[in-house]
Amino acid sequence: MKEQTKLVDDNGIRTDGRKLNELRPTKMEVGVLSNADGSAYIEQGKNKILAAVYGPREAHPRHLALPERAILQCRYHMAPFSVDERKSPAPSRREVELSKVIRESLEPAIFLDQFPRTSIDLFIEVLQADGGTRCAGVTVASLALADAGIPMKDLVVACAAGKAGGHLILDLNDIEDKEGEADVPVAYAPNLNAVTLLQMDGILIIEEFRQTIDLALEGCKDLYKLQKEALKAKYVAITEEVEE
Amino acid sequence: MTSIMGSRIRQKQIAQLLKAGKRLDGRGLIEYRPIKIETGIIEKAEGSAQVCLGKTQVMVGVKIETGGPFSDRPNDGVLTVNSEFVPLASPEFEAGPPGEESIELARIVDRGLRESKAIELEKLCIVPEKKVFVIFFDVYVLNHDGNLVDASGLAALAALLNTKIFKYEIEDGEVVRKPGFTSLPIRNYPVAVTFASIDGKLVLDPWLDEEQVMNSRLTMTFDKDGKICAVQKGRQGTLTPQQIIEAANIAREKAEELRKQVVKS
Repeated sequence: MKEQTKLVDDNGIRTDGRKLNELRPTKMEVGVLSNADGSAYIEQGKNKILAAVYGPREAHPRHLALPERAILQCRYHMAPFSVDERKSPAPSRREVELSKVIRESLEPAIFLDQFPRTSIDLFIEVLQADGGTRCAGVTVASLALADAGIPMKDLVVACAAGKAGGHLILDLNDIEDKEGEADVPVAYAPNLNAVTLLQMDGILIIEEFRQTIDLALEGCKDLYKLQKEALKAKYVAITEEVEE
Repeated sequence: MTSIMGSRIRQKQIAQLLKAGKRLDGRGLIEYRPIKIETGIIEKAEGSAQVCLGKTQVMVGVKIETGGPFSDRPNDGVLTVNSEFVPLASPEFEAGPPGEESIELARIVDRGLRESKAIELEKLCIVPEKKVFVIFFDVYVLNHDGNLVDASGLAALAALLNTKIFKYEIEDGEVVRKPGFTSLPIRNYPVAVTFASIDGKLVLDPWLDEEQVMNSRLTMTFDKDGKICAVQKGRQGTLTPQQIIEAANIAREKAEELRKQVVKS
């Protein structure tokens, strides 16, 4: 067996120097790909993720189209070079599941009924993964949707919390996810007070589970501010360009 | 196939009854359908069970083979869960590679077994770093009338409890089967409990009609000590943080009741 790394030291500091309730340094940018109708990029710690939205456009295959609303199609995919050991580019079972839960976390925030018979296609490419990619994927995907001009009730933002080294911690990195006791990814639409994605693996008693969700929601609220700033930044830049 | 209008009417009907605290099939909001568990029904499998949850019918077969370990866990046995939505189980199921619903189901069952450390995988090593036991769980849905997750979870647990490993000897580095069996080393008994949220109301163990109109689905898996070991929300509906905690408290009690039914069977 491998030697267990100490995930939290005696002063409550984590392996990457963070405090228990501290998010990783996070950078978001909107409008990064010219071909897509909407796009965004996020760096959260070592995670580097691109999201692109095409549509509303004709559904493909066509029989998927619904007469009363648009469908959202989502592909979460990891680049072969995004992890330590090369990942086969074929979609894994994990990627199929994550594509599904990410799609379901975003659907409640979109006015899908405004575009019947069409498809909104969302592509999330994880260029580098370091734990918490589904959450960062949700966060960056809602920015790409907003950038594509898709009418939305709220931006969905996601963040994981969990338990490692006996402490409840926010925004787990890869080693905390793999060697910690529990991981609870949560997606949240703050204005709707709605949890739109919730998963957990690991072991927690109910009281810890409750505190973990609260912690994740605090993280979501901080990331939500960054999301809004990133969205505004694109249009401030455009305004400045026009004025020049 | 339910039409859109049909399902809207159904949803209204189900939701209106729920407001009065009633369900279309007469059950209480946190009441399970009758559960029937049979074990050891497939002689050729090392472990097997069939669970009927109302009209939902799921069979789980456990097969054991030998194979290489994962490089990051060279001395542990390997656990694999797969699920098949067999076309005979529902007019909605089609033959072909597993779809996302099927993969999600397998992964929820997998997570419960894995995170609760139900099987003592470290005891399933044959030759360190070379050969270990590989435990295959195949979830076979035979009749789909809703809540496949709980039915599959119960069937997997029941199958696990009657799984036996063949005796073996190592001859020239090869594993040779010998007559006789030993039981699989087990340390935990995970049980999944699933809710549907319909118009903001939570109901336990949704049947197919309720699943067709539910806004979201919430599964929580509890281990034998009443700790949560896996959670999965499904569908595009939303939940409030309060609802989640309310559900957790109900689920823990129900998991305990269900566990007793499996362990005694």
